[in-house]
Amino acid sequence: MNSNPNLQPSNESVIMKKPTLWTKIKKNKVAYFFLMPKLIFFTIFMLIPIIWAFIISFQDRGVFTVDYVGFKHYFEAFQSPIFRAALWNTFLYTIVTVPAFIITALVIAALIQPLGSISQTFFRSAFYLPTVTSMVIIAMVWRWMYNYRFGLFNYIIGFFGFEPVNWLGQTSTALPSLMIMAILIPPGAGIIIYLAAMNNISPSLYEAAEIDGANSFQKFMKITIPMLKPTTLYLVIISTIGSFQVFTQIIMMTGGGPGYSTETLVHVIYKTAFRDFNFGLASAQSVILFLILMGFAIAQFKALRTDK
Amino acid sequence: MIRKLKKPVSITILLAIAIVSLLPLYWVFSTAFQLPSYQNEEMDRPVSYVESAPPKLYPVGITEYISQWQKKREAERAGDLEQAEVHGELMTEVREKSFGAFNRLFTRTPVMKWLFNSLYIAVLTTAIIVLIDTMAGYVLAKKDFPGKWIIFWVIISTMMIPEQVTLVPTFIIVQELQLFDTHWALILPNLALAFGVFLMRQFLLSIPDELIEAAKIDGASEWKIFYKIILPLARPAMATLGIFTFVLVWNAFLWPIIVINDVDLMTLPAGLKTLQDANLADFKFLMAGATVAAVPIIIFFLIFQRYFIKGLTMGGVKE
Repeated sequence: MNSNPNLQPSNESVIMKKPTLWTKIKKNKVAYFFLMPKLIFFTIFMLIPIIWAFIISFQDRGVFTVDYVGFKHYFEAFQSPIFRAALWNTFLYTIVTVPAFIITALVIAALIQPLGSISQTFFRSAFYLPTVTSMVIIAMVWRWMYNYRFGLFNYIIGFFGFEPVNWLGQTSTALPSLMIMAILIPPGAGIIIYLAAMNNISPSLYEAAEIDGANSFQKFMKITIPMLKPTTLYLVIISTIGSFQVFTQIIMMTGGGPGYSTETLVHVIYKTAFRDFNFGLASAQSVILFLILMGFAIAQFKALRTDK
Repeated sequence: MIRKLKKPVSITILLAIAIVSLLPLYWVFSTAFQLPSYQNEEMDRPVSYVESAPPKLYPVGITEYISQWQKKREAERAGDLEQAEVHGELMTEVREKSFGAFNRLFTRTPVMKWLFNSLYIAVLTTAIIVLIDTMAGYVLAKKDFPGKWIIFWVIISTMMIPEQVTLVPTFIIVQELQLFDTHWALILPNLALAFGVFLMRQFLLSIPDELIEAAKIDGASEWKIFYKIILPLARPAMATLGIFTFVLVWNAFLWPIIVINDVDLMTLPAGLKTLQDANLADFKFLMAGATVAAVPIIIFFLIFQRYFIKGLTMGGVKE
């Protein structure tokens, strides 16, 4: 490229003394070349959108005009009853489902761990299979299972002498029905991650406890659970983020209704942005979602780390 | 001793939980093949086993077909050909009605197009992501150059940001680039995902520098080092990244329903939504659609299940 022979010697002597930033960049052009494809897509479809999302949340976007309106959309969001209902429902949904995920994953992993490798593989796959299946499919069949007249659920509770329930059709049971569904889908990833972590706990800890006369329950509570703390932290954060983003079930099963009883944050963001085309408000809502998740992650990190 | 006693108990509990958790999937298949509005010679009116209370726990067509076949054989043995023909016709009816929803699905909806779209978009996206993330991960793990750490941390810090935050801006960008209602709108934004770069970098850190140095001394070009040394060694991590990306793209729902309006261009999850919107109460039909969407990913999972487990535990272990 820059091959003026007269400059060559002086250039080299510069390198010998102290390489400038530019020469370092030139020397590593292969590295930038390898990074380039990822960086291009990352910049256009991740970096710019993230920064832009914050900017749009302060804008009113018309067809031809863009006005800056300050925090208007943030006030609007918190004043709107749908958004407040969504915030509350999402919060409730997360509070109920995340502990359930963690406990189920822990219990199932603890049950699987002592088994032989064939049954371990079998159960890991059986519990992970629903996780790979699209939530759209799962939501469709659960809507059918919750059917008032012909659904599997009313048939099963009929066995125990209960009257049929209009699961998704009334405000009092719609959100709990979605929670039950979330809880009954096995936390496949959680089980596998817990299992791996359990296999990493040194057997000598258990042997020492056995010598001291600890029973299996004591060993589980005093060794297994404390040793799994980093894994638990990781899973709590991951599943909180997942639960907070609940959307597919809502749009496929209830549409946020009846009333606002199953509105969730992401469903409201979706409706605001792509049904009402109010991009400013939708961006403000999604920034709020982001800040809540950040807050949660930091709080959980601190809570589970400090009491070591 | 205690362990030996407890094993059958825990297996029983696990089996019970497994049955409960696989029940919904079973119910998809069972309903898809359930026998609708059917009347045999002993019934005074047609019965739909799809909508029956209590629900039928298996596709009734199976037992009904066998019993009609037996009746037909008995009639033939007794020499009553007319009766045998009646049962023969009922057998055909049972078969046709049990599979009827699939017939309707394949002839009257673009489900095969959705299947094809899902498949090729998932394969293409996965291939590109695995390639560019391996390239980026390699450089971030093994090279030293100005800006490396800034680039690394900026990419990694976007991993925690929920997809919904970028929804509106990405939508505007896609529209500006005139990609709305094209498959590019489904493929390109996924190429920005940070997870793969992180995974590949962490994995490639463990490759000894000496290997690369030795190749350099032998006069191998940078591209050759990547192609001949890095790619073969990175294969396990690439497989993991590949299967997780495939499932992620295959199951993507929120973004596809936003940027694709044309029914023929949809992927399976988005297509299933239009199917449900148009046939809210026809559950046999809906479950047939769900079956078509579920079977490929289940097969995919059964083939690659090892990698799923490896990949999940790889993500859990840091540094």
